Amino acid sequence: MNLLLELFITFFRVGAFTFGGGYAMIPLIQYEVCDNKKWIKEEDIVDILALAQSVPGAIAVNSSTFIGYRIAGIRGAIAATFGVVLPSFLIILGLAGLLLKYGDNVILGKIFYGIRAVVVSLILAAVYKLYKSCLIDYWTVIIAILAFVLLIIFNIHPIFAIICGAIVGLILYHNTQQNLKTKGGN
Amino acid sequence: MVYLQLLFSFFKIGLFSFGGGYAMIPLIQKEIESHNWLTAKQFIDIIAVAETTPGPIAINSATFVGFKVAGFYGALISTLGVCLPTFFIVVLLSKAVSKFSEHPVMKGMLYGIRPVVLSLILLAAIFVGKTVLFSKDSLLGLDWISVGIAFFSFLGVVKFKLHPILLIVIAGIGGAFLY
Repeated sequence: MNLLLELFITFFRVGAFTFGGGYAMIPLIQYEVCDNKKWIKEEDIVDILALAQSVPGAIAVNSSTFIGYRIAGIRGAIAATFGVVLPSFLIILGLAGLLLKYGDNVILGKIFYGIRAVVVSLILAAVYKLYKSCLIDYWTVIIAILAFVLLIIFNIHPIFAIICGAIVGLILYHNTQQNLKTKGGN
Repeated sequence: MVYLQLLFSFFKIGLFSFGGGYAMIPLIQKEIESHNWLTAKQFIDIIAVAETTPGPIAINSATFVGFKVAGFYGALISTLGVCLPTFFIVVLLSKAVSKFSEHPVMKGMLYGIRPVVLSLILLAAIFVGKTVLFSKDSLLGLDWISVGIAFFSFLGVVKFKLHPILLIVIAGIGGAFLY
């Protein structure tokens, strides 16, 4: 099959089943893009998310553009972005009127409640799959805990957390590299 | 010219909303108010629908607002407007990143950024979990049906490698009967 068409269909599926914001999309991308198509490695998802979160716009759309570009250049970026956006566009046009009318529908509420329960564990599963490539030594564990505390207790902005992570990472990384060098010299 | 106004407004929203769809909501609200496009009640309803339907909240609300204001073409133009700025930014950034991916500065930054992103993902799970795992008047204050669904779907995806879409569909059907 044509690669661009494949990208489009894959991201169409991802877009159609992403309930509850950009991070809920990670498990779907892991399954479709990493396991099924083997287009990118699972640990690369973290880097893609970091970028998607650091630029303006929706995280889901940004990561799709990013992955599409990586796989097939600018045309890949267009195919993936178009694919992830189209289901929402169609669903809103088709169902918006109905949902506004029957939005208080009890059964509909129950369906979405059940889906949210799955989304929780899907995102947790993503954490479970990704932690090994993120937490590679003591320092990274400390950074993760610090970031978590700052984000949840002090409510700092995600981009601020990412910038801090970059700066701390830069300092630590170069120290460890230097240590390795001096050790190698001895 | 309402189409041009929509394009310009959503272009601006797309360009200045850092931190995903939720960060976009106040910006959309401001644009709607300054153009008198919708009432406050309509806007709240739109956000509620944008949150429950699948897909990025940013896209959902842009499409919806555009549709309400100027029909199908309004929806098309607003969606395009909200996607365009970031599309170009991401493409440019992708070029830069792939060029410098082996550079020690890039490696150092990613070394520190990865654990932060891991925490952000965990936080997203907590954010969603807060709305669904708890219930005031039950044992231990937990909603045991949700906890059960969450537990078994976690097992399903980690142990048995079930497809997330399958789990979402099952939980949707299950939710309709169990709650």
